[in-house]
Amino acid sequence: MSSGLGSSPAWVPRKRRGAELVLLSMSVVIGIAAYCAVGLGVEGRIPAGVAKLSFSLAAVAVATHLVIRKVAPYADPVLIPLVVALNGLGLAMIYRIDLSCEDYCLGGNYEPLANAQLMWTAIGLIAFATVLIVIRDHRRLQAYTFTFGLAAIVLLLLPLIPGIGQDIRGAKIWIRLGPFSFQPGEAAKICLAIFFAGYLVVKRDALALAGRRIAGIDLPRGRDLGPILVGWGISILILVAQKDLGSSLLFFGLFVVMLYIATERPGWLVVGGVLFAAGSYFGYVAFGHVRNRFDVWLHPFSDPDNNGQIINGLFGLAHGGILGRGWGLGSPELTPFSFSDFIASAFGEELGLTGIMAILVIYGLIVERGLRIALTCRDAFGKLLAAGLAVSMALQVFVVIGGVTRLIPLTGLTTPFLAQGGSSIVMNWAIIALLLRISDQTRRPAPEVSSFESDEATQVVKL
Amino acid sequence: MNKPIRNLAIACLALFAALLLNVNYVQFVEADSLNSKNGNRRVIDEEFSRDRGSILVDGDPVAESVKSGDQYEYQRKYAEPGLYAPLTGFFSYIYGGASIERSQNAVLSGSDNRLFVNRVVDLLSNAQPKGGSVELTINSAAQKTAASGLEALGKNTKGAVVALDPRTGAILASVTQPSYDPNRLASHDLNKVEAAWKELTGDKDQPMINRGTQQILPPGSTFKLVTAAAALKNLKLDPDSKVKGGTTLDFGGRAGSYTLGNENGSNCGGNSITFEQALNVSCNVSFGSLADKIGQDKLDAQAELFGFGRDYLEGLPGSSSRFTAEGTDLDVAQLAQSGIGQYEVAASPLQMAMVAAGIANDGVVMKPYVVKTVREPNLQVLEKAEPEAISDTPAMSAADSAKLRQMMVSTVERGTATSARISGVDVGAKTGTAQSTEDRPPYAWFVALAPADNPTVAVAVLVESSDTARNEIAGGRLAGPIARSVIEAVLEK
Repeated sequence: MSSGLGSSPAWVPRKRRGAELVLLSMSVVIGIAAYCAVGLGVEGRIPAGVAKLSFSLAAVAVATHLVIRKVAPYADPVLIPLVVALNGLGLAMIYRIDLSCEDYCLGGNYEPLANAQLMWTAIGLIAFATVLIVIRDHRRLQAYTFTFGLAAIVLLLLPLIPGIGQDIRGAKIWIRLGPFSFQPGEAAKICLAIFFAGYLVVKRDALALAGRRIAGIDLPRGRDLGPILVGWGISILILVAQKDLGSSLLFFGLFVVMLYIATERPGWLVVGGVLFAAGSYFGYVAFGHVRNRFDVWLHPFSDPDNNGQIINGLFGLAHGGILGRGWGLGSPELTPFSFSDFIASAFGEELGLTGIMAILVIYGLIVERGLRIALTCRDAFGKLLAAGLAVSMALQVFVVIGGVTRLIPLTGLTTPFLAQGGSSIVMNWAIIALLLRISDQTRRPAPEVSSFESDEATQVVKL
Repeated sequence: MNKPIRNLAIACLALFAALLLNVNYVQFVEADSLNSKNGNRRVIDEEFSRDRGSILVDGDPVAESVKSGDQYEYQRKYAEPGLYAPLTGFFSYIYGGASIERSQNAVLSGSDNRLFVNRVVDLLSNAQPKGGSVELTINSAAQKTAASGLEALGKNTKGAVVALDPRTGAILASVTQPSYDPNRLASHDLNKVEAAWKELTGDKDQPMINRGTQQILPPGSTFKLVTAAAALKNLKLDPDSKVKGGTTLDFGGRAGSYTLGNENGSNCGGNSITFEQALNVSCNVSFGSLADKIGQDKLDAQAELFGFGRDYLEGLPGSSSRFTAEGTDLDVAQLAQSGIGQYEVAASPLQMAMVAAGIANDGVVMKPYVVKTVREPNLQVLEKAEPEAISDTPAMSAADSAKLRQMMVSTVERGTATSARISGVDVGAKTGTAQSTEDRPPYAWFVALAPADNPTVAVAVLVESSDTARNEIAGGRLAGPIARSVIEAVLEK
């Protein structure tokens, strides 16, 4: 009398929410253990705030889990545990740097950051839940394609408005509203991804028309070059106006990659590559700060007084060696901005090569899950959006950690979920929410068109 | 759209692979070189708070780390600071290290690869890592005697003494005056360290220079030993061969009106004197004419065989001595002056000790060294110095060196170097009083070896300036007694 046997018409994805909960509790334990280890390493005792943090992290985990169970039950079960692990490690490291930095960093003007980061994490979770609850179907976003495009441009322009825009360390990428500083570029990244996805879904057929075939690659027609040139122009504008090399690179990379996915034409990568090379050359020739970044990258030790940050970051990594100094036992406070831009080097120092490789693998898994969601997604818009978000995460991690470890020239981007900074953490939670939403849509069993198939009585009458 | 997504997945994999490989490169391959870079505070902090190994002389630590009880845990202490400063150097938080503290840092700090097993054991047993120790070749009695000899000439005396074991090249004594107190630079009170550093580096007497190895000055008549060695080899002379004497050397008009005269206008005992007599009275005319006969190339080659032109000493700062400045083509007068250790000739006391040591060791010049053994924290020997000659070609033949030793002994017995006489021991020596400029006193030199039949010590003394009146300055008078007392200390007489 098993009604299910033989009656399921197709593969029904398992929800795996239980597995998620197990993984999630492991992530919470990692965060709490890291926090305790920091206290033991720096002060020789478990920090007083351990109950508060344990409670917060557990609450975060449970709340996230319940929200997903309720509104996205088929969502990918691995993403959230990965992200919570990173977020917990980031909080512990910021708390750790707080302990050493109080009298030492920023000429004695250092304010502890861990509490604010915890608060921003909470706001990030609210953003996460809001996105999941409000957007029940990601395809509805497509209707607002140009709204998001406009929003992206407004967000990008905000820091240039006198009064609220702020120039911090040479880059105009911050705005200040009352007591809050915000990097609108982080939000612009999501808006742009949605805009590109919506736009390309519509235009992809035209853009996919091949023009000339050179060396086995179909290059696009000249008249279709408009959009990519606009995207390139905007990137260059960001570079010129805001001196923000990292975002400029990220936005352009995101656009080219999504163009490639939409059209399936590698020719767009060639065009993008050529434009990127031209932009880089232009930046190198025209801007002292781009040239400077290049020189610092190639010869950091030629000017130890001015290149102290990258040099100290490298020293930290080297000092960490294979196994690291241990939580609280290194000296990340010696590296300027080790709590934000250079948090990767702080991890490399205290957790060693082993730790930083584990963190890189976590990022790699997040990107892999994102791309898997894109592969299995059934609608073109969702595919493009998921792939775009995943690739942007990969690019961002590559650019920032590659910069800190001197694989590529250093540019200012935040390390997702680890680095101190409210806007980054909130927007990255929102990205995860979008990915989960698409994933839930994808893995959810197709709605049953009619019910008569499950009606055994009708099946009996088979001839 | 799945194909591009799959391709991008591979591209992302490549990005992450690049990041992973790169952190492996930085934290594993490049780590050692980054850790040893200047100004790496992490490494400085760590090494500064480590139980650093001792520097030993005759079994006693001249530099050691003792528990300090402050944030750095250990304080570096120098037992006899001024006496050993030119060898130990200093170990400072701000200014790094110098001399042995710097060159043997890997062993002393315990980070040397040969101490890897010890580090693993320390790690597993949760013990503080300890550094290995370094034993110097110094003979403490000779070192103290040399220092007190210079001190006896007055507080303002500047000079250096270097003594070698000619059979091995081991440095038995290396003293420089003025010296400094490395404890001041090793202090944990960084403001005081900074003040001390400013004072020491600003001092015009340069107390932080090792005058025995770093400073090269005209060696004067002590260089006649090199000329004599070249003459024995190239002109096939014997101690009783006749050479030119007299009051002046006029080069037969080849140097215009220039003539080379003797100190105080003496005639060296005749117009034709024996080679031995020429060395005994340090006859400028004789050696000027010999240098002329030998020629620049051969004299230069002889100097090079004794070690000129290169710094052979490892682990201590040093300068290479020179016969001529780079590319100089000497005219006849300049060659004659060079033959008596003037013009562009400049040598460190270590170099002149090596000349004496080469003559002492049957013509074979041994490479000087100052580290006798390198030991693990438990004092087990990790590395032992292995004496070697500086070149495959001996500086002179055994027969020639025996002749030159005989001439040097006769110089002590009846020549200018009588101040080095020791009863019961045949001492060979040569004095030097090198003129510099008119406005500063001449440099007093003395090089000696003993016992002449089977030498075990070679010594060079330089008194650069002292409280002595100008007309009293002579190598034999000022520097000779110091050389003698150092020899006595080594021979335990």
